[in-house]
Parts: sequence; C-alpha cells; structure tokens
Amino acid sequence: MTAIPLGHLLGLAAILFTMGLVGVLTRRNLLLILMSIEVMLNAVNLTFVAFSRYNGWTEGHVLAFFLIAIAAAEAAVGLALVLSVFRLKNATYVDELRLLKR
Amino acid sequence: MPTELLVFYVLAAGVVLSTAAMLLPPMGRNPIHSAIALIVSFFFLAGIYALLSAHLLAAVQIIVYAGAVMVLFTFVIMLLNLTPDQIREPRITATTLIGSGLGLFVFGKLLSALALASNGAKSVDLNDGTHATFGSVTEVGRMLYTTFLVPFELVSVLLLVAAVGAVVLAKRSLKYKDRPKKEAPAAHAVAATDHDTHAAH
Repeated sequence: MTAIPLGHLLGLAAILFTMGLVGVLTRRNLLLILMSIEVMLNAVNLTFVAFSRYNGWTEGHVLAFFLIAIAAAEAAVGLALVLSVFRLKNATYVDELRLLKR
Repeated sequence: MPTELLVFYVLAAGVVLSTAAMLLPPMGRNPIHSAIALIVSFFFLAGIYALLSAHLLAAVQIIVYAGAVMVLFTFVIMLLNLTPDQIREPRITATTLIGSGLGLFVFGKLLSALALASNGAKSVDLNDGTHATFGSVTEVGRMLYTTFLVPFELVSVLLLVAAVGAVVLAKRSLKYKDRPKKEAPAAHAVAATDHDTHAAH
C-alpha cells in the first residue's frame, strides 16, 4: 500500500512537463533546449512509473526503460548537432541560425 | 501525515525547484550551471522512483541519466569552451511571453484532464496488484527478455545508429572540396584502398 495519491504524482508530472515545454519555447540556447526536452521525457517517465505502480503492471517500467534509452540516443545526436552548429556559426543560440534567410 | 507522503513532498519540491533553477536566470544563465541543476533534479526523481518501488528504474535513472547523458552534456559544454561574451543574458521578449502563455495553456489542459480522470476513479483502490518483487531487477528483466524481446533488440540497434550518427555529425571535416587539393597523394591512396576493399568484397 502506498500513501501517495496518484493525482499528486500526475500533477508533479504535469508541472515538470510544462516546465520543459516552456523551456523549449522560451530559451534560445540550444543546450538549454535539449535539457528541457530531457525534462519533458522525464515527466512522461514519471507518469509511466506512477501508473504502473498503481496498477501493478511491470510493463510501465519496461516502457520507461525504453524511453530512457531513446532519450540517451536523442541526447547523443542532439549534442553532435550542437557541435556541428557551433563549428558553423560559432554560437549556440538558435536565433543565429538563419542560413535560409537572406 | 504519513512518512511516505512527507518524503514525496520533499522530493517533489526538490525536483520542481532544481528544474526551475535550470531554466531561470540565477543559475540558468550559464549552461554548465543548468546542467548541474538538471543532475540534481534527476537524483530527486530517482528518489521518487524508489519511493514508488521502481528500484531498477531508480538505479537506471542515476546511472544512465545522471551518469551518462548529463556527463555527455557537460563534456560538450566544456568542449564548446564558451567565453563569457558568447553567453547571453536571457531576455524577456515577445517569444518568451507567447511561449509561457502556450505552456500555461497546456498546463491548464493537463490539469483539467487530470481532474476529469480522477473524478470517476476516486473510489477505486488500485494498490492490490503489487507484490514483494514488483519493480525488481528480476521481474523487469524477465519481462524485458520475454514479452519485449524484439523492441529491446531494436532499441540496441537504435543506440548503435545514434552512436554512429553522432560520430559522423560531430566529425571535424565535413568539407569534401578541400581534401583533394590539399593532399592529392593521400586522397589517391584512400581511393586505392577503397578500390582494394571493394575488390576484396
């Protein structure tokens, strides 16, 4: 038996997801944007774990495990892109990236 | 108030505060400080996983997220070697306001969905499905290698592809035009070995 209501956990996940979303939408630093995406993925992980705890399903843990692997892959490719962007423009800010704009 | 709930509130406050510290100016100005705040947030989240008896996931969260992903982040930040004039102060612009508004809208939607969902399921006690080995390495591992065997192998392929892709993307020279001019014999040698390997195949 657990004393934590499910709604509290889902509320925390909603707060975390919103923080990540606001970070992606408002921050202009590429590294901060990638970190905010990690925060959003963690919020989803928290909902998986909370639901699997309250339903007694281990499947949620396995899905959270896969999500962590995908987040690691995303971070690796994203950081490689940050590096190549930095070589190209010598900046890590997204508003410097306007190669298509004359 | 039960101890478990108290611990949850402390951990949840830690998660929210450290994530806020990651995003907002006092710490969020410098990417390396943001990365450290995010690592702290991951540790608090691992505590919440342990509280929910997801022992394997709590360990994986610390080892993979705090240990591998965030070390990668800090390595890249150090590799970029940003000077203070390359770090800009986050300003409040129209984009900030629109983004915050959109974020709050999504938050409201999430909360209303949560309220709607918890209305019906209020009286249902769902805690009976858990048992002593719930969330242990044995149980999650068994499911990973039986029910989810194919996705598990596909994830390993995905990680391999991501590693190769990261190496290719972050390689120093992506300009093919410069190479033959600078070192024509070397390029010729590379072409020759290429031809040899093709012949061997």
